[in-house]
Amino acid sequence: MHISSLGRLLALALAASWATSAMAEPPAEPKAVKDADGKYLDSKGDPTFNVKADGTVDWYTYSGYRRYHAECHQCHGPNAEGSTYAPALKDSLKRINYAEFYGIVVGGKQTLGGGQEKVMPALGENKNVMCYIDDIYVYLRARSADAVGRGRPEKHEDKPPAASAAEQACLEKSS
Amino acid sequence: MRKFLLMSCVGAAALLANGAASANEELIRLSKDPKQWVMPTGDYANRRYSELSQINTENVRRLAPVWTFSTGVLRGHEGGPLVIGSVMYFNTPFPNIVYALDLNNDGRILWKYEPKQDPNVIPVMCCDTVTRGVAYGDGKIFQYQADTTLVALDAKTGAVVWSVKNGDPSRGETGTSAPYVVKDKVLVGISGGEFGVRGSLTAYDIKTGKLVWRGYSMGPDSDTLMDPERTTHLGKPVGRDSGTATWKGDQWKIGGGTTWGWTSYDPELNLIYYGSGNPSTWNPKQRPGDNRWSMTVWARDPDTGMAKWVYQMTPHDEWDYDGINEMILANQETRKVLVHFDRNGFAYTIDRVTGEPLVAEKYDPVVNWATKVDLDKNSPTYGRPLVNKEYSTEANGEDVNTQGICPAALGSKDEQPAAYSPVTNLFYIPANHVCMDYEPFRVSYTAGQPYVGATLSMYPPKGDTNMGNFTAWDAKDGKIVWQKKEMFSVWSGALATAGNLVFYGTLEGYLKAVDARTGEELWKFKTPSGIIGNVSTYEHNGKQYIAVLSGVGGWAGIGLAAGLTNEHEGLGAVGGYKALSNYTALGGQLTVFALPSGL
Repeated sequence: MHISSLGRLLALALAASWATSAMAEPPAEPKAVKDADGKYLDSKGDPTFNVKADGTVDWYTYSGYRRYHAECHQCHGPNAEGSTYAPALKDSLKRINYAEFYGIVVGGKQTLGGGQEKVMPALGENKNVMCYIDDIYVYLRARSADAVGRGRPEKHEDKPPAASAAEQACLEKSS
Repeated sequence: MRKFLLMSCVGAAALLANGAASANEELIRLSKDPKQWVMPTGDYANRRYSELSQINTENVRRLAPVWTFSTGVLRGHEGGPLVIGSVMYFNTPFPNIVYALDLNNDGRILWKYEPKQDPNVIPVMCCDTVTRGVAYGDGKIFQYQADTTLVALDAKTGAVVWSVKNGDPSRGETGTSAPYVVKDKVLVGISGGEFGVRGSLTAYDIKTGKLVWRGYSMGPDSDTLMDPERTTHLGKPVGRDSGTATWKGDQWKIGGGTTWGWTSYDPELNLIYYGSGNPSTWNPKQRPGDNRWSMTVWARDPDTGMAKWVYQMTPHDEWDYDGINEMILANQETRKVLVHFDRNGFAYTIDRVTGEPLVAEKYDPVVNWATKVDLDKNSPTYGRPLVNKEYSTEANGEDVNTQGICPAALGSKDEQPAAYSPVTNLFYIPANHVCMDYEPFRVSYTAGQPYVGATLSMYPPKGDTNMGNFTAWDAKDGKIVWQKKEMFSVWSGALATAGNLVFYGTLEGYLKAVDARTGEELWKFKTPSGIIGNVSTYEHNGKQYIAVLSGVGGWAGIGLAAGLTNEHEGLGAVGGYKALSNYTALGGQLTVFALPSGL
């Protein structure tokens, strides 16, 4: 995770909620334009996926597949396809951008009434999610662009040292 | 054939206002009256069997809906209605509305109870906001709410008589199971095995709601209510603090072993039986030891909670095979046994007096994580499953994707209860037919947050397209007698009747009736939404009715909504996805069926 200060976290969440209440800016083209230590960024500087011609995915897409299926799929369904009560994130990520996504994961979301109450929990304190939030975003983005299909990606780039270092630092940090 | 007095709810309550211990006698008597469906499990033995035979193999093809009721809620509807006298009672998924419907007036609402709960309990319920039903006893209807409130309502008016909180949702504790009334007590379990919740069964006084005893699934003897000398496992005393001895350090405090399934009761032996769920986390390498007493069949004294015997079916679980499925009490000739279809794919026949396992056979041939359960009393591995290293997520290790394990975590059967017919002496199993890849990895614990630690991928077994079965089982020999394939997991509770019929619901929404002897499908009807509820039957004014809740959801609504693919058969398997969302959408309806008049 590259967001290190609580201040930046709050600012992002605020930006996300402001963005939600006004018409949110859609995500940019997901094409990777920059490679920063095995992490790919789009033209806005938001994390994105990179899939080679032979199907090899970047580390974060692969890692995101694993983390999504550990932390998110029990509501949002396998392969980001949705369930009877939580939306298919492969479709949601076509509309919402990185800041909005981040804000919802950190702060949660409630849709009550109409015979069903849907509640997304606030996961800002959950290290098993927050230390891999970019991984999850990148995987979901790849699913939304149909750049990866269902199932575990078969080939992936090696885990970059920067990813290991960030993971270590994040998990060990006391909240 | 004995005549039974049809008692109205009012009459029953008035007669039994005094003497709480007689709540038991009343329930035993009422459960023998086939006209009524007095507890979620049908009877104390959990047979889900009715002596009614007005609807039978000759005429069931004429069965048709006679009235319907929309519950007003669009989430997974597990559970099923009770019928006591002329009143039908049932509850809904969150917000957990309780309805009392007047059978004398086409289901007019006599009263309705809608609690106010904090919606933040919703995301802490792992697998949809389900409830498995209300219970009746001592003139009261009991509901166990999502936020772990156990409430007692006057059965005539719906007024709250008492209310007590059994757990703490901020620690991941929730309520999804049906309460169980035994003697002068109401028993409730607890949910949250995916949140590090330490499981327990708690007994409350039926009149006052005062806590009488609580038996934990792990911890020191004072918590587990075990006697080191007298509580036995496989015929031997369990020894001091058996509930901590097979855990590392303090891990037992977030040990899991939750208790969200079904309870049965033997009034002659004075024992209750239930199972405990998976140990916490799903990463076996993070919790060394046998993790007692998760994955265990428990026999407890209902008065004191003391455990008489235990049997751990899946020591040191590596696959999330919760042991909470129902314990059906039956007699095998003169022997008193219980029959249990576990998540792990083995059907157990256990002597319910001593806890000795007599039979343990796979009720789905694809089960592969273990070759067999060792039933040789002289063997050093007596009572233990013999694990196939190839499918051992512990042996293969963290961050390794163990592939092709059967069954998947949802088991060869989950909580959806089986039925038993004393006429055919067969058990009827609503089953899943799904395998998985399972990759454990290290996780940290935070109270109230998921504590899982594994990535799963599920798919039908190699070469099969069906993800469900409905199976007739002989528990004496441990054999499948007949088996019907179903496209999706059969996630409803079955019902067997003296009309030689067995009823079950499918995830597409069909309620089906099959011949109990042969499995031949005799009738079906498509209800408005997938069925994950339990089928009941009752008689009113001389006519037999079948009732079931429709409303897709539960785990099936998560895992099967968009279909499962076997990724090992190639990522390009387009069109191979059997997606539940192609067959059904959300719903919330009760449908009641009967034969046309004049039949």
